[in-house]
Amino acid sequence: MTKMSNADRRQEFSLQLEGVSRRFGPRIICADVSLSLQQGDCLAVVGPNGSGKSTFLKMLGGLLRPDSGTISYFNQGQTVRREHWFSYVSLVAPDLALYAELTARENLTFFNKIGGWGKSGDDLLTLIDDLGLGGRADDLVGTFSSGMKQRLKYAAALVKDPPLLLLDEPTSNFDEAGRAIFIKILNQCRSTGIVVIATNDAQEAEFAGQQVVMGG
Amino acid sequence: MPGSKSSWAVKIVAVLVKDLRAEYRTRYAVNAIFLFALTTLAAVSFSLGAGGIPGHYLAVLFWIILFFSALSGLAQSFVKEAETGTAVSLKLNAADDAVFFGKWLFNLILLLGLECFLVPLFLVLLNADVARWPLFLGVVLLGSLGMVSATTLIAAVIATAGVRGALFSVLALPILLPLLVPLVRVTEYCFLADSVAGSDELTVLAAYAVVATVVGWLLFPFVWRD
Amino acid sequence: MWWKYLIGLLMTGMIIAVFTLPPPQTVIGDASRIFFFHVPAALLGFLSFAAAAIFGVIYLKNRQPSADRRAAVAAEIGLTATVIATISGAIFAKVTWGAYWNWDPRQTTILGVLLIYAAYFALRQAVADRQARARLSAVYILVGGAIAPFLFFVLPRLYSSLHPKDSLVSGQGQFVLTLPVALTFAASLIAFTLLGLWLFQLADRAERIKEELEIKGDYTRLPRTIPYWP
Repeated sequence: MTKMSNADRRQEFSLQLEGVSRRFGPRIICADVSLSLQQGDCLAVVGPNGSGKSTFLKMLGGLLRPDSGTISYFNQGQTVRREHWFSYVSLVAPDLALYAELTARENLTFFNKIGGWGKSGDDLLTLIDDLGLGGRADDLVGTFSSGMKQRLKYAAALVKDPPLLLLDEPTSNFDEAGRAIFIKILNQCRSTGIVVIATNDAQEAEFAGQQVVMGG
Repeated sequence: MPGSKSSWAVKIVAVLVKDLRAEYRTRYAVNAIFLFALTTLAAVSFSLGAGGIPGHYLAVLFWIILFFSALSGLAQSFVKEAETGTAVSLKLNAADDAVFFGKWLFNLILLLGLECFLVPLFLVLLNADVARWPLFLGVVLLGSLGMVSATTLIAAVIATAGVRGALFSVLALPILLPLLVPLVRVTEYCFLADSVAGSDELTVLAAYAVVATVVGWLLFPFVWRD
Repeated sequence: MWWKYLIGLLMTGMIIAVFTLPPPQTVIGDASRIFFFHVPAALLGFLSFAAAAIFGVIYLKNRQPSADRRAAVAAEIGLTATVIATISGAIFAKVTWGAYWNWDPRQTTILGVLLIYAAYFALRQAVADRQARARLSAVYILVGGAIAPFLFFVLPRLYSSLHPKDSLVSGQGQFVLTLPVALTFAASLIAFTLLGLWLFQLADRAERIKEELEIKGDYTRLPRTIPYWP
C-alpha cells in the first residue's frame, strides 16, 4: 500500500461490531452487541462499576477477543488484519501505564520510533506542551502526579494520530484545566476519527451521540 | 500501511535501548540475576572447600549456576511490562516482531553481562583452569544463545499468565533440558587438556538456538496478543 | 460402539498371549514380558503428545474452547501413559541393567516428556482466565513439541544407549521374533491405542458436561452418574 497522510487514513476508517458477546466467568459483559461507527462518531459506553466497560474497550482495541461475534476495522473499505489494528487505535485507561523510569520525552520518542509514526522531536515537544506539561518534558514519569500521568497518557495516545481513540474513565485524576484539555481533544479527534468513551459520569456520556449500556 | 516510517532494525534497537536505559536506571533485572549468581557461586564454592574438582563436575556446577541465575532474571523484563501496565502501551505501539527481537537481544546482553562477571569469578573460586579458551568461549556463547532463544518466549508466557517466580523455572527447564547435556560435555572438554572435543555437540547447540528462536518468533504473537 | 468391545477382546487375548506365547528369556526370564506393556504405554504417551500439539494448533487457528479442552484431555491421557511407561521402564531397567535409573538417553527422553507434561498442567492451573489459559497452554505444548525432537533423536545419537534398538529382533537376551510374538505385540499396540482413544472420548465428554454446567453456574444439576458404558 502506498504511503498515506494521517488525514487520509482517518477519513477512510470505520469500525463494525456484529453480534459481539463476551463472558467473564459466569458474568455476561455484553451479549450480541452490533453497531457500526464512522468518522465523526462518538460512542459512550456506560454502566455501573464492574459491568465490563473496560473489557469492552479492550475488545474494541484488539487487546481481548470476544467469545463470539466479530469486530472489524475497515480502512478504505478494506478489512484491516488484526495484527495491524494497533496502528489505528489508541487507548487511555487506568490500567495502561507509561514507563516510569523514562522521562516524558523519552516515552513519546520511544513510542514514535517503534510505531514508526513519523513525528519529529519538535512535534512531540509541542504535544507535551499542549497537554500542559511544558517544563516537565525531561522529568522521569515516575515523579509525576497521577493527574500529570493521565495527561501524558493523552499525549502518548495522540502520537500516532489515531483514527480510533478509546478513553476509559477519561477525566480520572483531572483538575479543571485537565477537563478542558479533555474536551478539546475529544472535539478535535471526533472531527477526524472515532472516539469511544467508557464512563460513569453522565456529563461525559452526554458528549457522545450513541450509547451502549454494559452489564444489562 | 501506516506506521512503516522506520525500519525493522530501528524498531528492534528502540525496544532494546528502552530496556537497557530502564534497566540502567532501576537495575531491576540486573540485581536479581547478579546477586543470585553471586550467592549461588559463593554457596557452592564454600561447600566444596579447597581442593581440585574433576572437570566433569566443574562443568556441571558451572552450567547449573548459570542456568538458575538466568532463570531468576530473564523473565523480569516481560514480567515488569505486564505488572506495571506498560505492556498495553507497547502492544498499541509496536509490532510483535520488534518486541520479540528487542527483548531477545536485551536478554542476550543481560546474560552475556552476567557471564563476564560470573566466569572469571567461577574460575578463580573453584581453581579451574581452562585448557581450550576459544572452545570455551564458543560454547558459553552458544549456550547463552540457546538459553535466551528458549526463555524469551517462556518469559512472555509467564508475564501474560500473570504469575511469577517458580513457574518460570518449571516451564523453562524441560525446554532447556536438551541443552544441558551437550553443554556439560563440551565444557568438560575445555577443562581437560587431553581429550578431544566433539563438533557434534556444537552443531546441536547451534541448531537448538536456531529452532528455539524461530519457534519463539512464530508463536510470540499468540502469547502477546489475545 | 463395536470397537469398544474390540478393546476388551484384544486386551484379554493379548494378556493371555503375553504370558503363554513367547518363551521365557534366557537372561531375564519372565520379567521380559513387561515389554508388551512398556512399549505400548510409551507409544500412547507420544501419540497423546502429538494429539495435544495438534489440538493446540487447531485452537490457535479457530479459538474454539472445544479444541483447548481436547488438547488438555489428550495431555492428561498422555501424562498417565508416560508415567506408566516410565515406571515399567524403570522396573525393566532394574531387572536387565541392575538399576532403576541410570540416565540412559531413553530415560532422559521420557523424563523430558514427563516434565513438559507436568509443566503444561502447572501452567493451566496457574492461569485463571479461560481464553488466556487456552492460548498459553497451546503455545507451550507447541514449544515442547518443537523441542521434543532434540530429546527423541538428537540426544540418543550423542550418547550410546543400552536401550534395545530393534526391540524384537533377537539380540542378546531379546525375544525371538516369531509370527505369534509379532502378532501379540501388534495386538498390544493396537489395544493400548484404542484404549487411549476411548479414554479420550470419555474424558472429553465429561469435561464438556462440566463446562456447560459451569457456564450455567448450576452445579446442582450435575448428574449423579455420567454414563461411562458404550
